[in-house]
Amino acid sequence: MSDLETLERETLAKIAAAETIAALEDARVAALGKKGVVSERMKALGQLAPEERKAAGAALNVLKDKIAAAIDAKKQKLEDAALDERLATEKIDVTLPIAPSPRGRIHPVTQAMEEIVAIFSAMGFDVAEGPDIEDDFHNFTALNFPPDHPAREMHDTFFFNEKEDGGRMLLRTHTSPVQIRTMMTRKPPIRIIIPGRTFRCDSDQTHTPMFHQVEGLVIDRETHMGHLKGTLEAFCKAYFEIDSVKTRFRPHFFPFTEPSAEMDIGYERVGPKDSGEIRIGQGAKWMEILGSGMVHPNVLRNCGLDPDEYQGFAFGMGIDRLAMLKYGIPDLRDFFAADARWIEHYGFDPLDMPNLATGLSR
Amino acid sequence: MKFTLAWLKEHLETAASLAEIVDAMIAAGLEVEHVDDPAERLKAFTIGEVLEAEKHPEADKLRVCKVATKDGVLQIVCGAPNARQGLKVAYAPVGAYVPGIDVTLTKAKIRGVESHGMMCSARELELGDDHEGIIEAPNSAKIGESVAAALGADDPIIEFEVTPNRPDTNGVNGVARDLAAAGLGRLITKAPAPVKGEFPCPQAIRLDFPKGAEDACPMFAGRLVRGVRNGPSPKWLADRLRAIGLRPISALVDVTNLLTYDRARPLHVYDADKLKGDICARLGRKGESFRALDNKNYEVDETMTVIADDSGALGLGGIIGGETTGCTDETVNVFIEAAYFDPLRTARTGRKCAIHSDARHRFERGVDPAFVAPGLEMATRIILDICGGTPSDILVAGARPDASRTVAFPSSEVKRLTGIDVDPQRSEAILTALGFKVSRADPWLVDVPSWRPDIEGKADLVEEIARVVGFAALPAETLTARAAVETPKLTPAQTRRSAARRALAARGLLEAVTWSFTDERLAALFCDGPNWLAAQGLILANPISSDLGAMRPSMLPNLVAALQRNADRGRDDLALFEVAPTYASDRPEGQQTVAGGARISNPKRHWSKSERAADVFTVKADAIAAIEAAGAKIDQLQTSADAPPWYHPGRSGVLRLGPKLALGAFGEVHPRVLKAMGVDGPVFAFEAFLDAIPAAKPRATKTKPALEALELLPVRRDFAFVVDETLPADALLKAVRGAEKKLVAEVSLFDVYQGKGVPDGKKSMAVEVTLQPREKTLTDEEIDAVSKAIVAAVLKATRGSLRA
Repeated sequence: MSDLETLERETLAKIAAAETIAALEDARVAALGKKGVVSERMKALGQLAPEERKAAGAALNVLKDKIAAAIDAKKQKLEDAALDERLATEKIDVTLPIAPSPRGRIHPVTQAMEEIVAIFSAMGFDVAEGPDIEDDFHNFTALNFPPDHPAREMHDTFFFNEKEDGGRMLLRTHTSPVQIRTMMTRKPPIRIIIPGRTFRCDSDQTHTPMFHQVEGLVIDRETHMGHLKGTLEAFCKAYFEIDSVKTRFRPHFFPFTEPSAEMDIGYERVGPKDSGEIRIGQGAKWMEILGSGMVHPNVLRNCGLDPDEYQGFAFGMGIDRLAMLKYGIPDLRDFFAADARWIEHYGFDPLDMPNLATGLSR
Repeated sequence: MKFTLAWLKEHLETAASLAEIVDAMIAAGLEVEHVDDPAERLKAFTIGEVLEAEKHPEADKLRVCKVATKDGVLQIVCGAPNARQGLKVAYAPVGAYVPGIDVTLTKAKIRGVESHGMMCSARELELGDDHEGIIEAPNSAKIGESVAAALGADDPIIEFEVTPNRPDTNGVNGVARDLAAAGLGRLITKAPAPVKGEFPCPQAIRLDFPKGAEDACPMFAGRLVRGVRNGPSPKWLADRLRAIGLRPISALVDVTNLLTYDRARPLHVYDADKLKGDICARLGRKGESFRALDNKNYEVDETMTVIADDSGALGLGGIIGGETTGCTDETVNVFIEAAYFDPLRTARTGRKCAIHSDARHRFERGVDPAFVAPGLEMATRIILDICGGTPSDILVAGARPDASRTVAFPSSEVKRLTGIDVDPQRSEAILTALGFKVSRADPWLVDVPSWRPDIEGKADLVEEIARVVGFAALPAETLTARAAVETPKLTPAQTRRSAARRALAARGLLEAVTWSFTDERLAALFCDGPNWLAAQGLILANPISSDLGAMRPSMLPNLVAALQRNADRGRDDLALFEVAPTYASDRPEGQQTVAGGARISNPKRHWSKSERAADVFTVKADAIAAIEAAGAKIDQLQTSADAPPWYHPGRSGVLRLGPKLALGAFGEVHPRVLKAMGVDGPVFAFEAFLDAIPAAKPRATKTKPALEALELLPVRRDFAFVVDETLPADALLKAVRGAEKKLVAEVSLFDVYQGKGVPDGKKSMAVEVTLQPREKTLTDEEIDAVSKAIVAAVLKATRGSLRA
């Protein structure tokens, strides 16, 4: 049996000494190949007596397994070493900068509009729309602005050239004409908001000839000014993402609501006087943010609704202004300048879709 | 509208502070815009007394004074000629801000002499224009007393916005009435006492209106006052007018202005000696004109109410008087006019003539028709007091228009419309305090006071009660929920816009919002020309500026111009888009929502050489991304080469679903357009017509079709075809796809080649075709058959052949 031990020692030594896959393969062939020493001995087993054959065969098989295992282990080791060596030559400079992928941005007006829609849809408001180019009836007369009444002068109106029939179209001065279009085509209950472009012939630091408004309209048999207050307070809390909001309703005049009110919200300025940040919801100062009221009986009548049967509220507010207040954007005129620096700075990631489940904004 | 606190207190007996009055006004709907409280503004300045005034040793015109002040006796150097011993002065301490010279005082040495503070002139404290010398306060003033108080210049001025529905608050007494109703005090406005005439009015008055226009001036009252002495108003009157920003003119004119602001009752005074014949209120006549008190000539027409005498039109009724018959310091006989002019006619006339007068402002909103004669009496009394003279009887032409209205008012309306519980007693008390007369029948019958033309019905009375109770009493209630979980609220068109925006921003474009209007000249480049714009009614009559004169037929002019503005700032690699309306006519259906974008491309070099400048295919991809996000099936989209004329004719296309339905256009912007716009090209642009995308068919279920995950390996084969160089790739791809629809799963064009090996006028296009076996592995014979079918289909459709 010492013969087998010698064979084992020599073969394992040869395997251990193999420096390359090829040398290892030689060692394998020399031991386990068709004509290898172990194979030869296996063949020679047949010549032994049956009782000897069993014991010798078992011993040979043990040896064969041992050698095979040693070869596998060595092979793994050599392959690992070869891979390590190759990888060591494949080093690159991973500090090289990646290729820039352009960053698109969503305009703050879009973002604010979608935030507003998210809030009001949760309160059951549909989203209605109407044309920017309107006629006198929808923009004024039906909304209880009598012809030539000074109330019309509150709106600096853009007009189109007069037509042959003497009529002239105008750019809507508010989103309220869509109230009329809705009430004339739908039966109450009505609960809508109307976002959109509006136009006034006015341009200075705080006015642009085009701006965005969102109008709200609720018509049913029960809604009163208390609901208006509750709805707008809830809206302000949700929109500004604050726990509580201080509001003040003041009587005002709009031809299409009666009673009419403006709503102020409490705020304070934190930091330097001119560059400070506006905090909405707290503080001793008041800022007007919207006009509102109960829909005027004449407006309901103009739309074929009986004001003793139906009632409800309407409100309107500036979307651009809401975006400025929430996101600290200083100048309204920049909204429409299409300045890439401004859009990149104040704009939003396209994946940030306003959603009440995640919170409106990051 | 402005008034002073002291003025208000002539109508309102109150112990309320200025702040309480302001808060109450705001709560009642009189929106205070500005409060100027001189006592607060000038609180740093107190009375001092000059004890000694010696000549400055180094300067002839300066005096070194010892001044007793609240801070002790101080040495102050002063240059005023009137700085003398015993004078009570306006002392400004070191540290005070002097508004008139915009300086904060510091301790100073003037020509070697220390000076602690300053003695101020009226101009320095913005109390007047006087800068000849320092303020001389009355001797009775006490050292340390506020200068504003000592000079009687501490009357706060309140400015508020008069809403068009409240003409009564154009007079101070109207403000007082609201405040009294709100519980701030007692209304003490005195009713004017009649002034007995001492002779019949010799000046005849006529109303001469055609049938149907009588309401232009239903009532015209007047009287003559003989023997007046006109001249500057007394100080109290001049001060009062100055405080609210009016320039005192002469006593007679100032009295009319006083009533305009005190009682919202405009009047007019004529120099009776300059009138020729009867005074006549009538409609204007074509060709007539007159010179007004503002020293301008106005043409009148037959829609306007004029006041005339035998010489012709003198002025516009309720708007402005005439220069020729105006009162001057020489006037001795004055004719006072009090009339009622129709609000709408006054508004139209005022707008036509562009005259903004206090009278127009009041008449067009509606003055109190019951206060015509009382206003005349009141003015007479004040004129007699100031200017003397003898009054005639009052002469009235026409009659007071009947403004009486009674509103049937169930008191439950307050709760129905506001949700506030108001005790009926309180409601009645509020209405009464505001001048309404309440008869408590069922429903209540409420008589509307003559000065409230805005009150038409129940809702108006609800507002009166609620605003006096205060909107702070509004309950905050939640709208009734309509569903446990709300249903989707956006229409498909609205959802489309949002999706298109997010898709384009995800491709790296920046969202812009630009004006709906644009330069008419630019607009004409992006439609069928200027005549088309006019014919569609898209030209504004009163644009904000000449370069924003037309509604945009496309958003591209705005976006392209914006690209150039950014490039001018050094940002020459930029992609902008906008999802917004464009206008093809002035009808509602002419407004279309378009996702448009434009790119200027100068990408920065990168070490990886991965940068790629935008080209026609970048904007084609933009357009397709927007269209796909908006819900169109893009696998059926075809491209035709017939884009609108603002695109490069050879490098542009239209994306279509079928021959008639264009969903978008894209391409390089036409160089001629860019040149006209002063833009450096190239610019690539696209427009996706979101409203044109067919609505998705409603589906009964959200279930998706089962996944068909085929086990058999796909087979790929390459083909290179030689075709005409003008052949659109679309035609080749369509032919290959259609050759064997069951097996051809995908066709990918991977090479387009012209040059060596390809005949002139031809090009080679190479496609990789993926065949997807479904039931069993394809045999070589089957693959050959498909290949032959493909080659045959290409030959038939394009006359192209396999490249040798």
